[in-house]
Amino acid sequence: MKKNQMLFKVLSILCLLSLLAACAPAATPAPATQAPATQAPAATQAPAATEAPTAAPEPVTLTFLHWDDQTTRDQIKAVTDKYVALHPNVTFNFETMPGGADGDNIVKTRLATSEMTDIFFYNSGALLQALHPADTLVDISKEPFMTNVVESFIPTVTQEGKSFGVPFGPAMGGGILYNKKVYAKLGLSVPTTWAEFEANNEKIKAAGIAPVISTFGDTWTSQLFVLADYYNVEQSNSNFAADYTANKAKYATAPGAMNGFAYLDESFKKGWYQKDFATDKLDQGLKMLAEGTGAQYPMLTFALGNIATNYPKAANDIGFFGIPGTDASKAGATIWMPNAIYISKTSKNIDAAKEFLAFLTTNDAINAVMAAVPPTGPYLIKGIKLPDNVLAGVKDIAGYIDSGKTAPALEYLSPIKGPSLEQFCVSVGTGQMTPADAAAAYDKDVEKQAQQLGIPGW
Amino acid sequence: MKSDSRSQAVLLTYPNWFYFPAALVFGVFFLVPTLLAFYFSLTRWSLFDAKFIGLDNFKLFLSDPQLLSGLRNTMIYAVMTSGLKIIIALPLAMLLTSRIRLKGLFRGMIFFPVLVSTVAVGITFSTLMQPSIGVINTALGSIGLPTPDWLGNPRLAIFSVALVDVWKGIGLAMVIFIAGILSIPLEYFEAARLEGGTWVAFRHVILPLSRNATFTVILLSFIGGLRTFDLIWTMTHGGPGFASDVLTSVIYKEYQAGFYGLSTAGNVVLFILVTAIIYPLMRFFQGKELEL
Repeated sequence: MKKNQMLFKVLSILCLLSLLAACAPAATPAPATQAPATQAPAATQAPAATEAPTAAPEPVTLTFLHWDDQTTRDQIKAVTDKYVALHPNVTFNFETMPGGADGDNIVKTRLATSEMTDIFFYNSGALLQALHPADTLVDISKEPFMTNVVESFIPTVTQEGKSFGVPFGPAMGGGILYNKKVYAKLGLSVPTTWAEFEANNEKIKAAGIAPVISTFGDTWTSQLFVLADYYNVEQSNSNFAADYTANKAKYATAPGAMNGFAYLDESFKKGWYQKDFATDKLDQGLKMLAEGTGAQYPMLTFALGNIATNYPKAANDIGFFGIPGTDASKAGATIWMPNAIYISKTSKNIDAAKEFLAFLTTNDAINAVMAAVPPTGPYLIKGIKLPDNVLAGVKDIAGYIDSGKTAPALEYLSPIKGPSLEQFCVSVGTGQMTPADAAAAYDKDVEKQAQQLGIPGW
Repeated sequence: MKSDSRSQAVLLTYPNWFYFPAALVFGVFFLVPTLLAFYFSLTRWSLFDAKFIGLDNFKLFLSDPQLLSGLRNTMIYAVMTSGLKIIIALPLAMLLTSRIRLKGLFRGMIFFPVLVSTVAVGITFSTLMQPSIGVINTALGSIGLPTPDWLGNPRLAIFSVALVDVWKGIGLAMVIFIAGILSIPLEYFEAARLEGGTWVAFRHVILPLSRNATFTVILLSFIGGLRTFDLIWTMTHGGPGFASDVLTSVIYKEYQAGFYGLSTAGNVVLFILVTAIIYPLMRFFQGKELEL
C-alpha cells in the first residue's frame, strides 16, 4: 500500500514536470526574437492568403536573421526603417549571426530544426545550394516582383527551376584594392599582367611600404587570390565551370587553375606581405590600405564601403583592378553576385514577408540603401542608375562591366565549393604547403563536398 | 539482526522505480544520442536526410592528410599541458600549504583563472599575443628579448595555446594537490623534520604520498588535453592553415562544412581513441593507489 502511494507521488511529480516542460515554449507570449517552438509542424502552418494585404493591415512582426557586420547592419536598418514608415503595422525583430562558416552553420541548423526566422539574409550561389532550398525556402519564382530583378542574378538563387531570393546590396568585384596615392607617389600604373604586378611590387617594397596586404587572422580573406583569379582561369579554359561540376576539370591539372595558389606562394616567398600578415584581421588590413602603409589588398569591393565609413578622407584614394593574368589585352575582373534575402518555409507570415521582398526590388528601397552606405558596386535591380559621385573604386568595376571583361566567380557557376579552401590558402601563404600540393588537396576537398551534395558523376 | 531488517525496510521504501528519473535523464540526453551517433557515423547525413554508406566516412576521415598532424598536435598538447601542470602546481601547492603569510590570497589568485570562461581567456590572450603591439611582445621587446609571432608562426602556435591552457588549468591542479598534501598524516612530516628538512619532506613524504592526487591531475588534464577545443578555436581556429589543428578542431570543421556524417564518424574515432588511452592508464593508476 505504502509502496503504491510512493509510486503514485513520483509519477504525479514526473507528470507535472513534463507538463511544465511541454508548456514552456507555448506559453511564451511574444513571438519576438524567440524562434518558433520545435514541435510546430513545418510548412503546413503557413496561413493561406485570405485577404488583400492593403485591406485593414493587422500588426505583423517579421523576424529577420542577418550577418552582424557594420555594412550589413546599416543597409538593413535603412531599408527596414523606410519600410516601417510606409507600413506602420509591420515591426521587425532582428537576430544576428557571424559571417563565414559559423554563420553557415547557424543557418543550416536552424533550417533543419524548423527554427528559422521569417526572413534571412544569406549568400546566393553555391552556399545557398547547400541549404536544400527546395525543401526549406519559399519559392518566389512566380511572384510578379521577380521581373524587377536583373536576369543574370536569377540562376544564383535558383534550384530545380524554383527561385528563392531577391538580391540585397550591390554586386561586388573581387580583385585588388590599391591605394592610388601610393601609386602616384611611386609613379606606378595599374598592372595589366602578373609580370607588371611583380615589377610594381618590387618598387613598392623598396619604398618601405608593404606591397601586398594579407590578413590570415580572418581566414576567409586568404581566398581572394584563388577565387578572384577565376576570370583568368576562364580565359584559358572556357568550359571550366561545367567541367569542374561534372568532375572533369581539376585545380591541380587544368591549365592556369593553380595560379591563384602560386600567387600566394610567391607573395610569401618574396616578402610582399606586411609584418603581421599571419594574424592581422580584415579591419587592420583596411586600415593599412587607407593609411597607405600597405599598397594593395586582394579583397572584395564591399570593403570600399567600410573604408568610406571608417576613413572618409581616404574613400576616393582607393582604386580597384582585377587579378592580373598573362594577356594584357584581356585584363578583366571576377564579379561576386549580391547576397539575397529569403523566406523560410516555416514562417507564419509568408505573405507579409513576400510583400517586404517586393519592396526590396523597388527604387525606394535601393535609394534608402544607397543613402545609408555608399554603393560599392551595381545593384541588380532593373532601372537603378548609380549616382555620378560613386567612389573611385566602384567606377573602376563599372569600367570592367561596361567593357564586358568580367566573369562571375566560380561559386555562382557551380554548386560545389570546397569548404577548406581558406585553410589551404593560408597554408600556402605561410609557406607550409606548395601550390601543387594545395591544389591537389583542394580537389579532394571539392570531391567530399560534391559527394555530400549528391551531385551526379562523383 | 537489527541492521538487517533495517536494510530490508530501506529496500522496501525505495523501490527500483527510484532509478527511473535518473535513468530517463541519462537515457534521453546521453544514451540515445550516443547510440544515434554510432548510426549516423555510417551515413552521409545532411540534417535533412541520411543515406547509409557503410564505413566510407571512417575511410575518408582516417585518410584525411590533416588527421595525422591533428593527432600529433593533440598528443603534444595533452602531454605538454598535463606535464607542465604537475611540474608547476605541485611546488605551488607545497608552498601554499606551508606557513606563509597571505596564503588565502595567493590560493585565490592562482585559482582565479579556473573561474574565467575559456572563450574569454582565448580572446584575451590572442590580443595579448598580438606580435607587434601586443602586451607580451611589448614587454619582451622592452627588455631586449626576442618577440616571436606567438600565434602566427605555424611552428609555435600549438605551444602558445598549450601555455595558456596551463595558465588556466594550474589552479585546479594546485587545489587537488593541496587536498592531497593535507590528507597526509602529520606524523610523517614530523619524522621528515627530524630526518632533514624541506627536501626530505618533499622527496620522501609529499612526492610519494600525494601520488593519488598526482594521478588525478594527470588523468584529468590528459583527458582535457585530448578533448581540448574551445581554447584552440578561439585563439587560432586550428591555424595558421592546419598548423595547430587538434582532433576536435578537425572534427568541428567538418561539422561546420556540413559533413555531419563524417564529423560524427570523427567523434566516434575520438571516443575510441580517448578510451583506448585513458582506460589502461586508469587501470595502471588504480593498481598503484595508496591507502593512507
